[in-house]
Amino acid sequence: MSRAGDQPLVLGIETSCDETGVGLVRGHTLLADALASSVEEHARFGGVVPEVASRAHLQAMVPTVHRALAQAGVRLADVDAIAVTAGPGLAGALMVGLAAAKAYALAVDKPLFGVNHLAAHVAVDQLEHGALPEPALALLVSGGHSSLLLVRDVTAEVTELGRTLDDAAGEAFDKVARVLGLGFPGGPYVERAARQGDPEAIVFPRGLSTPRDLATHRHDFSFSGLKTAVARWVEARRRDGQDVPVADVAAAFQEAVVDVLTRKAVTACRDTGVGHLVLGGGVAANSRLRAVAQARCEEAGIVLRVPSPRLCTDNGAMVAALGAQMLARGREPSRLDAPADSSMPITQVLAAGGAG
Amino acid sequence: MLTLALDTATAAVSVAVVEAEAETGLRVLASRAGIEARRHAELLAPALAEVLAEAGVPPGRIDRIVVGVGPGPFTGLRVGLVSAHALSDAWSVPLVGVCSLDALAHRALLEGSGPDVLVLTDARRREVYLAAYRGGVRVAGPSVRAPAGLLAELGWSGRVVGEGARRYPEQFPLAGPPWLPEAGDLVGALHAGAVSLPARPLYLRCPDAAVPGEAKAVLR
Repeated sequence: MSRAGDQPLVLGIETSCDETGVGLVRGHTLLADALASSVEEHARFGGVVPEVASRAHLQAMVPTVHRALAQAGVRLADVDAIAVTAGPGLAGALMVGLAAAKAYALAVDKPLFGVNHLAAHVAVDQLEHGALPEPALALLVSGGHSSLLLVRDVTAEVTELGRTLDDAAGEAFDKVARVLGLGFPGGPYVERAARQGDPEAIVFPRGLSTPRDLATHRHDFSFSGLKTAVARWVEARRRDGQDVPVADVAAAFQEAVVDVLTRKAVTACRDTGVGHLVLGGGVAANSRLRAVAQARCEEAGIVLRVPSPRLCTDNGAMVAALGAQMLARGREPSRLDAPADSSMPITQVLAAGGAG
Repeated sequence: MLTLALDTATAAVSVAVVEAEAETGLRVLASRAGIEARRHAELLAPALAEVLAEAGVPPGRIDRIVVGVGPGPFTGLRVGLVSAHALSDAWSVPLVGVCSLDALAHRALLEGSGPDVLVLTDARRREVYLAAYRGGVRVAGPSVRAPAGLLAELGWSGRVVGEGARRYPEQFPLAGPPWLPEAGDLVGALHAGAVSLPARPLYLRCPDAAVPGEAKAVLR
């Protein structure tokens, strides 16, 4: 029930990839986080199939909204605003969530906020660690993104310091898992295998880390070369009739990814003089990344904020969390003709209206 | 009874508020159509807001939602279906699905001479969605196929309507309007005896996805 004096209640909808997420947030408080995933339907394809994901979103949409409302013990009529991921992501998948959010907003006559998925990954941390210090740096790593962001105002002013020039970190995990005969999505499988392995058994390349690369791509990432190096190493081994030490390969690969991500994040904090780093995205659920980030941040005097793994991967609560900030900071709601934008730039945190 | 109807199964985004009275029959209180094949997600919600306002119907007063379930290009089709589900859920009102081709057939039968009509819409990829009606009843389809040889195979010599026919003039030289479905006609078709369907999309095609083979070799 909505009581006078309470902070506004926001419903968030996320459908940018293969997770149908619906969350409910009041201020910085998480009330519900309902999720339906089509990940198993994609596994045999070795990657997310957009049409399969879109079909699953349509089926899951209303039931997931119901689960979130039930979890929170509120009714749709109690909701003060509806937030939804407007991009970036898979176009067809985004449109399912966006259309649903618009219809709900229209039906209950509440404001709509079409928000940027990456900014939502940053905003979600507030649900566990309170108000976000601004400016903050954010390292977002997932199957679709690998970016270093400077967040001056999570509702309005986010700039990109660096990004991957080729594969996203999570994509590299998927591809290496495939080379090693592990499952999809690769992240959890590689991490599990790596626990038994020696990260120093093999030295894989650190992308964009030579002095020359650092001069031109100081805050950017590249994981394509690493992925190929792993594939070549494994293939050569098999060609020579030797066993592949899966655990060592997994550990050494993971170490290469984690090393570059954390090193560049700390460098970016130093370069900008920002004392807070937020991790987000599915790869931020990786325990080795969390541990190394923690150690390096402590060493550099940076305060690290990492949401629990469940909130690092895609979910509706992160969208609701950003929506709650939009309301709290008096941002103008999106219009009902706001478009889904599969390549929404991070400089655009909030979708306005359509082109026409 | 007040019905909010919507169809996004073609290049058109069509919405209508329709009043059904025992004495007067069906009356369209307000309708909107926007034709822009890849902007359904942008056009639909404003159109819904506009027809509700124009019809002077407060949102909570709608008694029923009727939605065109296709067949149609998937992304646009889903925009209509998920919106219909959300509205039906938010207002706690029944949701009824109608084959979008039935709406075109209904309009064709209202405006045309005979009781037989073949309805074709654009399925992209050089194919059409089709349904054939005799005596006002659907006797074939909905299905999807290439336009070549379609008339001969069906033994069809009667009327052919719909944008799918207009797109292939060599195959369907006598194609005529209506070209695109109107949401109000979903309700008309329903009241004229069209089958009500679950509000699930008629995709008629499987997703494009191939199970990957062996990993590509990287050593030369």
